[in-house]
Parts: sequence; C-alpha cells; structure tokens
Amino acid sequence: MPVPPSSAAQPAQLWPPQNGVTVDVETLRGLAERMLVTRVLDTEAVRWQRQGILPAFPPAIGQEAAQVGSAMALDRARDMAFITYRDHGVVVGLDSDLTDYMGSHLALWNGGFADPNKVRHSPLQAVVGATALHAMGWAYAQKLDGTGGAAIAYFGDGASSQGDVHEAMNFAAVSKSPVVFFVQNNGWSLSTPLDLQVAGGSVAARASGYSMPSMRIDGDDVGEVYAATQIALEHAREHGPVVIEAFTYRRGPHATSDDPSRYRSLEEERALGPDPIDVARQLVADEAWWAEAEQRAEQAVDAVRVQMQSPRTIDGNDMFDYVFQEKTPQLVKQQEQWREETDLD
Amino acid sequence: MTEQLSTQKAINTALREILADDAKSLVFGEDVGKLGGVFRVTDGLQTEFGAHRVIDTPLAESGILGMAAGLAMAGHRPIPEVQFDGFAYPAMNQIISQIARTNYRSRGATPMQMVLRIPSYGGIRAPELHGESIEATLAHVPGLKVVSPSNPHQAYHLLRRAHEMPDPVMFMEPKSRYWNRGDVDFENPGDLEGSLVAREGEDLTIIAWGAMVARSLEVAELAAEDDVSIEVVDARWLKPLDEDGLVASVAKTGRAVIVHEAPRTAGLGAEIGQLLTERLWGKLEAPVERVTGYDVPTPAGDLEDEYIPSIDRILFGVQRSLEY
Repeated sequence: MPVPPSSAAQPAQLWPPQNGVTVDVETLRGLAERMLVTRVLDTEAVRWQRQGILPAFPPAIGQEAAQVGSAMALDRARDMAFITYRDHGVVVGLDSDLTDYMGSHLALWNGGFADPNKVRHSPLQAVVGATALHAMGWAYAQKLDGTGGAAIAYFGDGASSQGDVHEAMNFAAVSKSPVVFFVQNNGWSLSTPLDLQVAGGSVAARASGYSMPSMRIDGDDVGEVYAATQIALEHAREHGPVVIEAFTYRRGPHATSDDPSRYRSLEEERALGPDPIDVARQLVADEAWWAEAEQRAEQAVDAVRVQMQSPRTIDGNDMFDYVFQEKTPQLVKQQEQWREETDLD
Repeated sequence: MTEQLSTQKAINTALREILADDAKSLVFGEDVGKLGGVFRVTDGLQTEFGAHRVIDTPLAESGILGMAAGLAMAGHRPIPEVQFDGFAYPAMNQIISQIARTNYRSRGATPMQMVLRIPSYGGIRAPELHGESIEATLAHVPGLKVVSPSNPHQAYHLLRRAHEMPDPVMFMEPKSRYWNRGDVDFENPGDLEGSLVAREGEDLTIIAWGAMVARSLEVAELAAEDDVSIEVVDARWLKPLDEDGLVASVAKTGRAVIVHEAPRTAGLGAEIGQLLTERLWGKLEAPVERVTGYDVPTPAGDLEDEYIPSIDRILFGVQRSLEY
C-alpha cells in the first residue's frame, strides 16, 4: 500500500509568546510568598523526620517555582490538579490546608485528609503516571459538562516512562480534552539520571507524536512558569491538551532515606544554576517585603508544626469505614471482631 | 412485561435504558461504538446516544480504566468495557491501585461509582487470554464488588442494579451464554441481593455462577433420573458472597459441590468451602467438593473441554460427595 501523505497538523507554537512575559508585582509577591512557605516546609519536614515525627519525607527543594508557579495559574473555581508525592508546592500554591496534607506524611492516612473537590487537587499517591489518566478522564467530563474547567497532570521525567502517561496523552489528544501535562524534569528519578530515563532527553519532544503543542520552559523562573501555564490552560480549554516541560533540578535527596552521594557528585550539585528562591527574590526586587515574607513563611510552617504535634490520632474504625460507600457484611463482621479483640478494657 | 431475549440483548437493553435515564452515564471501550462491540452487546447505542457518550477509545486498557476513574472523580457514572477478560490484566494497575482505593484514599470524598463490564470465562474456542476466569483475582482486592449473572433476566436486572451502586462493580458476563435466550421480566426483578436458588433439591447443593449455573442445572436434571435431588444455587454476587444464603442451602442438604471455571488453587471455591466448614462444622455429611478448572493457563480451544468443568466431571464430584 502506498504511503499516505502525512496528515499530522503542525501543533500550535505557544512558547515563547510574541510579546514576552510580564507578571505584575502583586502576582509575583503571591508566588514568591508561597515558594518561601514551600521551602520552609521542606526544610522543616526534613528536620521533623530526623526528630522522629515523620517516618519519611520526599523533599521538593529546588522545584518550588515549577510547582507554585503552575498551581497558581489554575482557576480554582473550575480547574483541578492531579498530583503525586513530591508536589507540596502545588498544595501550597492552591492554599490547601497543610496539616491535612501532612497527614499522609505523618502516616495517619494515606492520601491525607483533604477533600479533593474542595482543595482542587487529588490526594497524593505513590504510583507515578497513573494520575495522568485521571486528569484526562476528569478533563473529558468537563468538556461534556461544559464547565470550561481544565485538568493539570503533574509528573516527572521518571514517570514519563510509564505507559499510563502515553495512554493519557494519546487519549487526551484524540478526544481534545482540556489537559495540561506538566512535566517537572528535575534530572533524577530517585537515583536514575535523565539520560538513562528519557531517550532524547526531552519529554516535550514526545508531544509532537501526539500532535499537541509543547512548551519547554525554565522551571526555576516562577514568572515564566506562571505565564506559560496560563497560556497552556487557555489553549487547553479551547483546543485540547498541551505538554509543558519545566526544566528544574531536584536539589535534595529522593527522600530522607536516600543517599545521593552514591549516585551524584557535589561538583554536579554546585554547578547548578541559581536557586529558584533567589530568582524569585530578584523578580520581586523588594528586600524589605522579602524579609517580612520570610518571617510569615516561618510562622505559617510553625503553625503546621504545632498542629501536627498536638496529638492527632486516627480512629481505627476509619480503616474499615472508607473502603466502600456501602460496606460489605464481611467487612462489618471483621470490624466488629477488630473492636472486640482490641478493646482491652 | 416479559420478553424472551438473549443475554447479549438483555445487557444491550439495560445499557440503553441506563443511558436514557442517567445523563451522567457513559459507555466506552474498544470497538463499542460503530461496531457495537465484538459481541454486539453495545449495538446501536452510539447512534442513539452520540459518540460523546458511547465512545470508541484507543486500544489501551489501562487508559480505559484510568479515564473511568477520572470521570468518576468528576461525578460521572462510567460503564467501561474491557473487550475480553484477559485484557483486564493490562488495566490492573488502574483497577487495583486506583479504582479500588480512590474512595478509601479520599476518605469517601471521591467515590468510584462505575460498572466495569468484562466478557468472561471460556467456552467459545477463543484465542489465548480471551477465556480467563479472573473473579478470584478481583474479589481479593479490597474496594471492589464482583457480580456474575447467569441468564438474561439476571443480566438485565443485575446490570441496572450495579449501575445504581455507589462502589465500583466488576460485572462478569458469561460470554458462552451471550446467545442463550430466556425470559426477562422487566417489572419484576425479584431479589437482586445475594445468591439465588436456581433449582430446589434435598440431597446435595451445587454452588455455581456464570456459565456453570446452566451446566449445573443440567447435572441436576440428570441426577433426578437416578432419584438424586440436587439444589442448584446461583451465587451471583462473588463479592460480597451471600454467606447466609449459601449456608442455608447446604445446612438443608448437608452436602456441597462448588463448580467454577477458574483454576482451583486460591479460587473462590476455597473461600466458599472455608465458609461452609466454619459455619456448618459438624453438620456436613461430607467434605466440601470442588469441581474447577486446573492450575494451568486456560488452554487453547482444542483442550478447552478438558479444562472447563464438564457435566461428567460435575457428576463425579456429586458422586464423591454422596458416597463419602
């Protein structure tokens, strides 16, 4: 059979925008303030792990601009973020309750305590890539319902190897569903570097295979991330999915149990570009405001620490009560037996 | 109103009514639209309800189930299909790690109300991975419910019931029975919870589901010629199992033979056998017998009859129990 002419339309060129990027001062301050909260939370959470308060923690240090910048571009009245386990900046960017969120890291409840419909982000979970499909299905529903809402799917260079991500990109492109696939290319999947993970080195390059536009952006410049995500969301609402690849670096370990010196050198870490927090500080360009914002961030995270330490216990009944909306008789019996056998009075 | 329909047509009718009654329902999967599904179970639905609600998806089962999860999070009530039982395997990540536990993970805030239709079991000489019996695999996963109809009336009413349930239901359709006709009484569903006595008897209980119910009824008919009175119980709900119903029948007869197509080890026969032993200790006339598939991959068509419990093999099981 003769080779048919290629029907693939050239995807729209969305980045960089012709008129450049301008983000107003108020927005920049809002972004910077939440980046500071994220950084302080990360720094403190590592300490809390060392003090035995948290069993483990996966810091997002270095990814604040990518996470906060993209999350704050969302319209919380109609959009939804689908996250995994290293996206606290998204949680902060959406002003979601941090104590509820930390319930997962405190080993109280896998997924935390937030209601996804209220906080506009999915519970965190461990199977990376799987949520890209949820974003696609959720986005398709918005299209059916005519809400104008869009989904943003967060994943990294590692998760981009998962089949689910490719199935999601293809499904979304075929159905023109409003999804922004937001890749945080942070250079590392636990200990595996980018060159062993992503053939060609760019996840965005894959978008063209699904006939969707892609944007490769500086993930450490919060203004750029915010503006790019806004452009992507508007495109997604009208035309269908977009890939954003935000280049950043995981400056900390994969998790508190990790030892990066086994797979990367201090020289490499030192050779990095500027810290996204310093980039934000220059963008804001107001040292007096910055000092106050730092203090507010410390206070906000301290409030989380106080709430976390006031003993919040989990009721063992929850283990049975949330498996189903309508509990099976077997589970009712198991719960009764659990109550009888653990009632030591 | 009662109508004689095939199981395939009964499911088609139920889907049509669900799509008409519930604007939040969607049917999707591979080739379910224009073609009407490889078994024509979804025939005509796309024409009637549009390609936006009856969707031909790309060929990717994990994608189909992940999409269903996202739709359910947004408050829709999807009815996805995997084309054949064995194609549920590529979707297991979404089924087990996502759909089964999203209600749990979100503390009930985002229920996964959906019905996954799975044409199931063997009996049609199909290629590899087109004749799997995966009910025990699914029943083992916390957060899922599993049901398997045995005839057109059950298929129609259980599908409508499953669609109303707020939890994810795995709906296992016995594909070898798609074309067998039977009365569907639309107004009188009967009790749709738990198991159902498909034939009353006194001497022994056969517990079966899916395509094995009809076969067990044939066995009961043959046994009656030898004055052996067999009660056949259609388990229907494999999760939750109808413990009281199954126990009541075996308490009456004192003997039980469990019949399933799935491999024996760690199959639902073991679960039911344990249930009967626990609840009827000292009252059983004989050990609980199992007549099942073997612990082998479902074999190719030429060996299928050696693998799926036959009338003769079920009769041997009955005999072992009676002669104990």
